Amino acid sequence: MHPATSRILLIILVAALGVVPIFAASGYTLFQLTLVVSYALSVLGMNMVTGYNGQISLGHGAFYAIGAYTTAIMMDHWDLPYWSTIPVAAVLCAITGFLIGLPALRFSGLYLALTTLALAAAVPQLLKYNAFTDWTGGVQGISVFKPEAPFGLPLNADQWLYLFSFAVALVLFILARNLAVGRIGRAMKAIRDQPLAAEAMGINLAKIKTRTFAVSAVFTGVGGSLAALAVGFVAPDSFNVLLSITLFVGMVVGGAASISGAVFGALFIQFVPNVADQISKAAPGAVYGVILIVFMFVAPAGIAGLVRRFLPTAKAPARSG
Amino acid sequence: MKRRTFLTAMGGVAAAGAGVGLATPALATTVGVTKTTLKIGNTMPYSGNASSYGPIGRGDSAYWKMVNDQGGVGGRMIEFISYDDAYSPPKTVEMVRKLVEQDQVAFVFHTLGTPSNTAIRKYLNQKKVPQLFIATGADKWGDYKDFKWTMGWQPSYQVEARIYAKYILKNFPNGKIAMIYQNDDFGKDYLTGIKDGLGKAFDKMVIKVVTYETTDATVDSQVVSMKDSGADVLVTAAIPKYAAQVIRKTYDIGWKPHHFMTNVSASVGATITPAGPEKAIGVISSQYLKDPTDPEWKDDAGMNEWRAFMKKYVPNGDLTDGGYVASYGACTTMHQVLKQCGTDFSRENIIKQAANIKKEVVPVLLPGILVDTSPTDYHPIQQMQLAKWSGTTWARFGEILAS
Repeated sequence: MHPATSRILLIILVAALGVVPIFAASGYTLFQLTLVVSYALSVLGMNMVTGYNGQISLGHGAFYAIGAYTTAIMMDHWDLPYWSTIPVAAVLCAITGFLIGLPALRFSGLYLALTTLALAAAVPQLLKYNAFTDWTGGVQGISVFKPEAPFGLPLNADQWLYLFSFAVALVLFILARNLAVGRIGRAMKAIRDQPLAAEAMGINLAKIKTRTFAVSAVFTGVGGSLAALAVGFVAPDSFNVLLSITLFVGMVVGGAASISGAVFGALFIQFVPNVADQISKAAPGAVYGVILIVFMFVAPAGIAGLVRRFLPTAKAPARSG
Repeated sequence: MKRRTFLTAMGGVAAAGAGVGLATPALATTVGVTKTTLKIGNTMPYSGNASSYGPIGRGDSAYWKMVNDQGGVGGRMIEFISYDDAYSPPKTVEMVRKLVEQDQVAFVFHTLGTPSNTAIRKYLNQKKVPQLFIATGADKWGDYKDFKWTMGWQPSYQVEARIYAKYILKNFPNGKIAMIYQNDDFGKDYLTGIKDGLGKAFDKMVIKVVTYETTDATVDSQVVSMKDSGADVLVTAAIPKYAAQVIRKTYDIGWKPHHFMTNVSASVGATITPAGPEKAIGVISSQYLKDPTDPEWKDDAGMNEWRAFMKKYVPNGDLTDGGYVASYGACTTMHQVLKQCGTDFSRENIIKQAANIKKEVVPVLLPGILVDTSPTDYHPIQQMQLAKWSGTTWARFGEILAS
């Protein structure tokens, strides 16, 4: 297929993903899809730092929590409009991500994984910490009002939120793709594959690594922000260690170092636990584990890798990603 | 679906009352009810951190199966749907929305956890879906003014604290009280209860109040400072890990106060054994359910009923797990409400009947403890009995106390 044709097809597909559910899906399904969008952004963030840059992070749940709490606190304490919270969440996450990226320079591989895991483990406790409870609401959490559609649009809250989240995610996905295919993306991958050679080529390792961490935190944090709006409630129990692991699972299952993989990964972490629960109430965790193992056998390069193998036309945009 | 059940309800009424009662059901919302079935849903942590509560959900499912085997309620079979929420509030919201919007349940029953129930409370109240007899001890579930569609079941932490306060007031009127509480909702509910129970005497009697965080390594220094205050009554509102520390430290520094401890930490395995059973002698806590391991209930009719149920419907269930007992109790109450509904299973009537339980005897509650509600009383259980740790077991003493 001609590259131009496949590009047009891709645009039609993306537009359909954004519009069709609004008219076709029920409120509950739209809510689930909104969560998928937020997970997709978060997994994409994870993918930036781990998939493209090779820094294993098991602590991205922390950025997700920061994004979610930023939105909740701004709306609850200062009655600020929901959309204004997203850029603030992005900036806060960028700063935190950058700061965490600094010690990350000294650790690599498994040691970095453990360090970031510690971050994830600390988050629920920090949220409950007494000095912050005026802001965070402690264990009780914060309820967030669901935004209504603006300008008198004939959409209900679920429909509007899906559209809004989709638009935010679309912009960020395009940014991520441009970043990944460009000079910086190549540098990120070079650092992952051959750090010594990359450095010899004149790439500033420290600069790229810390900034990748910051960018990745922004994506994941905005994902958390959108999720807070969709769920309408944040509490420490929503952001336990398992969340970070879940995002990691989403990245690997979807396909590491792939833009579209983030979407597949998000679909997996949103829907597969529900399937597992339907199969067995006694041990949903075990069923989930089995499904995960099967996926790793069938699609060792992630779902995106599988799609690439069977759908060569998808190769052009996917490979560039 | 909604329309169809509505029409069914209309048809039923028209046939039965020749159109007389038409107005009432026409105004009511009847969802999840057909001529032969009634749909109920809940969420439970079958996986994740709190999966030890899973038996409660399995007990609930088994109970409704038993009800169906006995012919159902109001001519309808119960269709009970229970989803895993892994104790994660976003998952609870998702699953409860599924129950309400997709499965179209009549109401939500016995969902577990304070954060998870907080996450869905606003949604369910907006949609006017009853959220009944939920499994959490926070006091806020009794807020009938702001959240008319939400009701708890077990005695709240405040109820328990008020019972201790009244007992202290009566038996140690000149006591000097020290209190340690966990610095969160749970602990603060306790403080409120003690304040309410002591009333004006609070300022005079309570001479030391300390707190701890769940991030603290130990509470040793708090215990020492309470002893130094000269208090002779100690109230502990702590989860098992810290309650065990309080018991051990109190014993080790030779302090012998009258020690009242929340029943959250009454577990022998989680609190008493780690603290040392001999160090805990004399600690007072409270109970409202019959303890399945207590030999006193060996031949008790209520517990025999429960054991027969377990044998037939949960054959692999652990008979020492109190979760099954609590589940059976909440289900019995729900069953009673559905019986009171007659054949009108509109959401309005379900919440109306739930707020109109009159002194119901529940087989697994301690003798004398009754379930009672009214439109201005959303605390179904407000009685408990004190129990003292004897060194080997909790020995109940005195009469049933009301808050």
